Amino acid sequence: MVSSKAARNSHGQDSSYFLGWQEYEKNPYHPTNNPSGIIQMGLAENQLSFDQIESWLESNPDVLGLKHDGASVFRELALFQDYHGLPTFKNALAEFMAELRENKVQFDPSNIVLTAGATSANEILMFCLADPGDAFLVPTPYYPGFDRDLKWRTGAEIVPIHCSSSNNFKITKSALEEACERAQKKKLRVKGVLVTNPSNPLGTTLTRHELEILVDFICAKRIHLISDEIYSGTCFGIPEFISIAEVIGGRIDDVEDQVHIVYSLSKDLGLPGFRIGAIYSSNKAVISAATKMSSFGLISSQTQYLLAMLLSDKHFTASYISENKRRIKIRHDQLVEGLADVGIPCLESNAGLFCWVDMRHLLDKNTFTGEMELWKKIVYDVGLNVSPGSSCHCTEPGWFRVCFANMSTETLDVAMQRLASFVESGGQGEGPKGSRGLKKLMYWVRQLSLADDRTER
Amino acid sequence: MGYQSVSENSHLLSRIAAGDGHGENSSYFDGWKDYDSNPFHPVSNPGGVIQMGLAENLLCLDLIKEWIKEHPEASICTEEGLNYFEAVANFQDYHGLPSFRQALARFMGKARGGRVSFNPDSIVMSGGGTGAQETLAFCLADPGDAFLVPTPYYPAFDRDFCWRTGVRLLPINCFSSNNFKLTKAALESAYETARKNNIRVKGVLMTNPSNPLGTTMDRDTLKTLLTFVNQKRIHLVCDEVFSGSVFNQADFLSVCELLDEEPSYDKSLIHIAYSLSKDLGLPGFRVGVIYSYNDTVVKCARRMSSFGLVSSQTQHLLSHMLNDDDFTSKYLAENKRRLHTRHEEFTSGLEKFGIKCLPSTAGLFIWMDLRQFLKENTENAELKLWRVIIDDVKLNISPGSSFRCTEPGWFRVCFANMDDATMHVALKRIGDFADKVKDETTQLDDATMHVALKRIGDFADKVKDETTQLQQKKRFNKKLRLSFCRINDGGITQHLMSPHLQSPRSPLVKASH
Repeated sequence: MVSSKAARNSHGQDSSYFLGWQEYEKNPYHPTNNPSGIIQMGLAENQLSFDQIESWLESNPDVLGLKHDGASVFRELALFQDYHGLPTFKNALAEFMAELRENKVQFDPSNIVLTAGATSANEILMFCLADPGDAFLVPTPYYPGFDRDLKWRTGAEIVPIHCSSSNNFKITKSALEEACERAQKKKLRVKGVLVTNPSNPLGTTLTRHELEILVDFICAKRIHLISDEIYSGTCFGIPEFISIAEVIGGRIDDVEDQVHIVYSLSKDLGLPGFRIGAIYSSNKAVISAATKMSSFGLISSQTQYLLAMLLSDKHFTASYISENKRRIKIRHDQLVEGLADVGIPCLESNAGLFCWVDMRHLLDKNTFTGEMELWKKIVYDVGLNVSPGSSCHCTEPGWFRVCFANMSTETLDVAMQRLASFVESGGQGEGPKGSRGLKKLMYWVRQLSLADDRTER
Repeated sequence: MGYQSVSENSHLLSRIAAGDGHGENSSYFDGWKDYDSNPFHPVSNPGGVIQMGLAENLLCLDLIKEWIKEHPEASICTEEGLNYFEAVANFQDYHGLPSFRQALARFMGKARGGRVSFNPDSIVMSGGGTGAQETLAFCLADPGDAFLVPTPYYPAFDRDFCWRTGVRLLPINCFSSNNFKLTKAALESAYETARKNNIRVKGVLMTNPSNPLGTTMDRDTLKTLLTFVNQKRIHLVCDEVFSGSVFNQADFLSVCELLDEEPSYDKSLIHIAYSLSKDLGLPGFRVGVIYSYNDTVVKCARRMSSFGLVSSQTQHLLSHMLNDDDFTSKYLAENKRRLHTRHEEFTSGLEKFGIKCLPSTAGLFIWMDLRQFLKENTENAELKLWRVIIDDVKLNISPGSSFRCTEPGWFRVCFANMDDATMHVALKRIGDFADKVKDETTQLDDATMHVALKRIGDFADKVKDETTQLQQKKRFNKKLRLSFCRINDGGITQHLMSPHLQSPRSPLVKASH
């Protein structure tokens, strides 16, 4: 009766990535109300810097929208549904994006399309660049939501570019070529490559060398490159973040029309609820089509107005960017050190709101089933919701993404203590919940093995 | 806007992006451009084009503004509301704020006189009504499937329902002879046509109250529809975006009411699209709603809502506002009253000039009958008249052909997006135009007749010397018929679509330049 899209599960929300969230929701940790609940470490949110925004709001009472320079703008905002977006907001956003890149590049506001979050931005770009059945190459491991955002309603395919721990998951020319060949064998037309930089889930930034390889590749193949740079404001260490915008500026070949950037304020500003996303492209045809498609998910004018005011305040943005990075680094170090104390290494990272944690030595078996079993113990016995590498399409079992910026320092301490107990007890820790019952455990192992089989390629 | 030609890059784009499915390449936008380049302003540009192609409700924004002022706690930017900031800014759950869903359920129930109660758990957010329509199409139909839609219909449905989904919209033709009411025969005929062409029909899409007609469906028509979809086992999508804008009748009868009355109807086939853009006059806030009685659809739509969630800041504000029972009761009543007054003034003003409108009881527009001013009963003639109305009368109104109306000469004219003074200016211009055209029509008819008479005379002289009298008579008669008959085109020009999409220009855009 309903459409095939509604009937199937290609939205990808039956994956372990989302199931862990559901378990958290049933039993969420609270320091006083529910100290034995599950701590959410599977959500890449930035809750470190709200106070900065709140104090800005306290000093800027006009932002309610009833007054701007003394005159009311409420009516205009209430009626403003122009899909070109509020000019003051786009100007401020363009400048903010440049500031995040230390003004090494400038962005033209007329090349920005506003969307309801990066979720919508990525989907729109797929609709613009790929026909049903076309493929985009994406390096693994990658953000699990891409399965939904890039494929679900668009009918596009993802062909993974296999990256491995042997070289710290860096993108290589041979990996790109190999992925292309695999696509061809499946008779899939490759329309482009999509990378996340800084990477989710790795927390690393792409090197200049990797960026050049990517651009060379898309030039040669005459395909697109989408660079999802939503974590561009979270680079707290060296090497510095290099945006694709910097790389294409310096090249002789004219590749601008093939390169598109996705941005959002959900991570850098910690405002996921406001649904602020953007596509940036010099390709006017893409901008034209994407602008029209943004009709299906425009940003509330009220929110555009608030952010226009916020981001136009250069004192605020400068101090916010540096303070945000400082706090992320502290939290990152706390997690890395806490894990190191119990012999758990992480991939060395310089960005993001998470670490890519190496628990291969804790696996009973070096398989994805082994990874699922370990994950179940971590969720139910240790009481931490972390994201298993298989949900990110990692080719090697035993890696987990662990988020650190969505909780207080104290909660992170609790998480580290729990993990320590677990490791010290030989990976068989009772944990705060005790064992949930063998039946339930086996049920979940079965469920998730099946789900991941469906989503794995 | 100085874009490079799409064709230069189109080999790199998808078919959807490179094609015309967005519907914006229509000659209709000449009207918008004319307005943009010469917008009316009572003081600075009194000779400019008055925008009457935009179905917006500006009549009650003062009430909303007042409420916001009196409730600073509803905004996360004020001292009183700031303590909500973190929780709200962080909230991206696609279920939506529970208080927001409850508020919406209450408000929707109220707009139906309390005769329908909505379950907040079946409410799904979307990016405006635009997003709601697209999401429903994705949920209910596969590419190549079709929905039937009564004409005339809101032009942007072609984009919203079809563009990225690959679903088709097929017309159910309705006619002025019965005030464009939907009939069983028309439904069956449209369904049969689809079937003969091997097109799978997945449902019917209708708007109630209707855009552009401004009419509401009566009980019998709704029953006919429900019976039809039940028999065919297809879906019914009801766009009730104007449900709070019914001003000229006691009650709005929603399809939801009939479902409650008649248990034999299968509820799982029924889905409602709603939005706060029209009833509350807040199109900028992008609040769309999908309400479905089908749990599978609710689940799927909710997952898809990730692509167009309502900003949590807006959810927070509106959940306070719409949970305020006193306010919503007063608002709905006052909105009705002001719409009624405006509608009355406008239609009685038109009547003085001999211009009739389809009798209507809802919406933000009237369906104006200008058939008497058409030189010919054709779509071309309608477009020519429309061009005159934009260029000479300086009113941007929407031609019926862009709504796929089967009969030329009808125009949608919006009346709720301006103040009283501007409305009077518009009426005066229409009146002057009506007088002028009447004179010209009379003169032209005389002129045409004289030309025709002269031709007949010349011809008669010429054939006096020719063959048999019968042949002469035949040719003579034939020429007379050719001179005086009107060619009925009746065809709808395909490229005319989507007159009402987002306004390319607003004062806020101008302000920054």
